[in-house]
Amino acid sequence: MELKYYRYFAKQYPLTVVGTLIILIIGLVALVAPLISPHDPLQLHLADRLLPPGHTYLLGTDEMGRDLFSRIIYGARLSLAAGVGIVSIAGIFGTVLGSVSGFLGGKTDLIIMRLMDIMLAFPSLVLALALSAALGPNFRNSILAVAVVKIPVYVRLVRGQTLSVKEKHFVKAAQTFGASKVWIISRHIIPNCLAPVMVQATLGIGEAILIAAALSFIGLGAQPPAAEWGAMVSVGRTYLLDQWWYATFPGIAIFITVVGFNLFGDGVRDLLDPRFRH
Amino acid sequence: MNTSKFVAKRLGQLVLVLLGVTLVTFLVSHVVPGDPARMLIGQRADEQTLAAMRQALGLDKPVWIQYLNYLWGLIHGDLGTSIRTQRPVLNELLSFFPATVELTLFAMGFAVSIGILLGLLSATFRDTLTDHATRILAILGVSTPLFWLGLMALLLFYKYLGWLPGSGRLDPLINPPTHITGLYVVDSLISGDWIALKSSILHLVLPSLCLGYIQLATIARLVRASMIEVLELDYIKTASANGIPRSRIIYRHALRNALIPTVTIIGLTFGELLGGAILTETIFAWPGMGKFVVDSISFLDFPAIMGFTLVVATVYVLINMVVDLLYPLLDPQIKGVH
Repeated sequence: MELKYYRYFAKQYPLTVVGTLIILIIGLVALVAPLISPHDPLQLHLADRLLPPGHTYLLGTDEMGRDLFSRIIYGARLSLAAGVGIVSIAGIFGTVLGSVSGFLGGKTDLIIMRLMDIMLAFPSLVLALALSAALGPNFRNSILAVAVVKIPVYVRLVRGQTLSVKEKHFVKAAQTFGASKVWIISRHIIPNCLAPVMVQATLGIGEAILIAAALSFIGLGAQPPAAEWGAMVSVGRTYLLDQWWYATFPGIAIFITVVGFNLFGDGVRDLLDPRFRH
Repeated sequence: MNTSKFVAKRLGQLVLVLLGVTLVTFLVSHVVPGDPARMLIGQRADEQTLAAMRQALGLDKPVWIQYLNYLWGLIHGDLGTSIRTQRPVLNELLSFFPATVELTLFAMGFAVSIGILLGLLSATFRDTLTDHATRILAILGVSTPLFWLGLMALLLFYKYLGWLPGSGRLDPLINPPTHITGLYVVDSLISGDWIALKSSILHLVLPSLCLGYIQLATIARLVRASMIEVLELDYIKTASANGIPRSRIIYRHALRNALIPTVTIIGLTFGELLGGAILTETIFAWPGMGKFVVDSISFLDFPAIMGFTLVVATVYVLINMVVDLLYPLLDPQIKGVH
């Protein structure tokens, strides 16, 4: 019976299944990175600089003779951390701000929402670039910067949701019993906004990984010698015309990971939102 | 509300949004960094210069006075001095501005024309192979790292096939056309400089297709959704009941209404393109504002970075206002609503 259900699901949503598999594989790779990588990702082999893909070094080596394959395996940890970290931070702050804004209304609402509108007046990558330059270029700050830039998305979503939830009878009832605002927001409003936030967060992971990698690429995220995919493409760019493998493989890793999250996110939205169901 | 009132209201909002934009850039440049003075003059400055800088910036004054000083400077076109080039940031950005405009316009033209076409095909051949192919293309489009796509395009079309030039706006041996607009394609057309025209178009192909590709898919999906919605409306059903051929219904009756929401998307897409230009210009050594800002990053040239942020946000806000103002012209129903 269960198997039949899975088979039906796979047939109905083949792309979602592909996405889920990609995420599971990348997640597993990140988890067991030390066990499966053939070399130490930071170990220099100066005699083996810029070797093409081959037996000893499956995907070739970089300008310091480090094994690219091992570095790409370890890179999965940083990119997954970036993607999940960004949507978690943005999701949590966005949910709190959005629910407060929607529930309290009035001036608080006006100020929060105007501020969010203004943040949306900046292209994402541009504001993330400015913020991460101001915070100082490193991996942690680049994640913080992208998270801040993504907060308005969640604020708008949760505020809209809050406006409809706060009219429900159970909220009115809680108010009659004299429940505090903090209690109502945290116990009644936020739990009822979580489903759409989760969908939005899932859909946002792919984009978050891309922006974080782009920041690393332009020198504002992870700094060398960190095995971060965007930073690897950035250095590999110098050697592009003669050592094609250097910039190519880390980029493929980013691409596959983001495709996985986007397929998965699309599927989750289709499943939970009847408007998108086939 | 009539059109002039609508325009006046939008212009009022514009001023507020631009003030908001300066507030954000002020916060990012004066409040977020631990030591704004050091950020503004660079890491190598000595203590004496730093102290003088703090004094000059008025960092000892209350934050709101600092903000007013900052605004006062902006009104006078003072975006600071670049640490790297030692020239005023505004002059630097203005000199790189036309190249970025040319690149984003070409990318936009590509993304919009092919995007609308694909969206239209998907909507009219719904749930067929074409439709599924566009859907997959859309997912691949939003999943591709733009900076990596550019590098791969360089490898294929520049190195291996040798079809297209890989960097810059013109062949190094060709003189730029007479400066009129700063857009090489337009300038060489006006001055009849066919050699420069050919070279500048060839140089635009790779960067603008890469930049546009990412947005193309988004536009295609939106046109599809909007077209499907319109095709289910009563007036379309009436038209087909009257025996009007399907192709005529699609192109004459449905498309016109389906494209109205697309105009908004075009405005919003400009933001993505201006952001994406940072990466594309870096890859293709395109001498625009994006390459300028990336070059500034390695010097931690903070005034240049903040100047770029402010200029791009302002351009983006202005474009979206123009789109908003065009809206009532395209859709007569809107006039009554506002």
